[in-house]
Amino acid sequence: MSDHHADTPKPNFRVGDQVVVKLGPPEAHCRTPTYIRGISGEVVELIGQYHNPSLLAFHKPGLPKAWLYRVRFKQSSIWDQYKGSDLDSVMADLYEHWLTPSKEQ
Amino acid sequence: MTHPKHPDHSHHHDHDHDHDHDHHPNESDHEPLSEDRYLEQALRELLNEKGIITAAQIAQQIDVQDSRTPALGAKVVAKAWTDPAFKKALLAKPLETINKTFDLSINTPLELVVLENTPDLHHLVVCTLCSCYPRMLLGIPPAWYKSTEYRSRVVVEPRVVLEEFGTKISSSTEIRVADSTADVRYLVLPLRPTGTEHLTEAQLEKLVTRDAMIGTAIPDFKNF
Repeated sequence: MSDHHADTPKPNFRVGDQVVVKLGPPEAHCRTPTYIRGISGEVVELIGQYHNPSLLAFHKPGLPKAWLYRVRFKQSSIWDQYKGSDLDSVMADLYEHWLTPSKEQ
Repeated sequence: MTHPKHPDHSHHHDHDHDHDHDHHPNESDHEPLSEDRYLEQALRELLNEKGIITAAQIAQQIDVQDSRTPALGAKVVAKAWTDPAFKKALLAKPLETINKTFDLSINTPLELVVLENTPDLHHLVVCTLCSCYPRMLLGIPPAWYKSTEYRSRVVVEPRVVLEEFGTKISSSTEIRVADSTADVRYLVLPLRPTGTEHLTEAQLEKLVTRDAMIGTAIPDFKNF
């Protein structure tokens, strides 16, 4: 796990930004569910900085802390066959190193 | 790895209950321990022997955990329904407000977030990765909450799952599933049922079920 954001203590994303969850390699205890990998969503909240769970899982201190965001995804953008309402959504809490800016911005 | 500190453990059971093994009062004497329980027991006894955590501290923590039940969450919800200033503070600083108002000392590195339902928005809580749950407020999660079936289906077909719980949400209301993936635990603040204007806070508490605070149910006044 890279700690490229050690030098960037400020969050890279803001509320309202469109982000895409990285596809990423399988990684132990990263807390990023696979069903939203590669999916675009909107940052709805900047939650704070937390110890990096992928590092904690290997008995490391989990530093530098990682920015955690609440990201909301339209159900219809996750599942092609979604049968509920077009309004429906899922939100998940994701660490910054799993997010990239959406090209659609 | 050899079993720590229990050299006599291979002896047959000869009704000499004086062996060196300290049974934790929460353990059953009659069921064989699973591998996980052996690990838990070995770890607990080592922590105890090394003076890191005392048996009293463990017992106290179990006591604290057992005191957290959905009744506590129901108190919080009923107060939020009747006291607008409390609701505002609850949504802004959940744990701080709950501790202050109910004279509690809930202490956790986790964040609690209260998700307020509105006529246009219904929240539903899950942890697709494991079984994260607002234990600090509701205690032990129900078995179905931890099941693979609930955890996988609720993000794929929430409305179907809700109907199986007997909960129907209008298609003009957004269902927002909150996947508790990281350091935040979610509690749903359900809508106060109509026709309950005359009820006291104590009466309202009884309408608030555990499932209503997970989002799989909506409080119902008719069945009250």
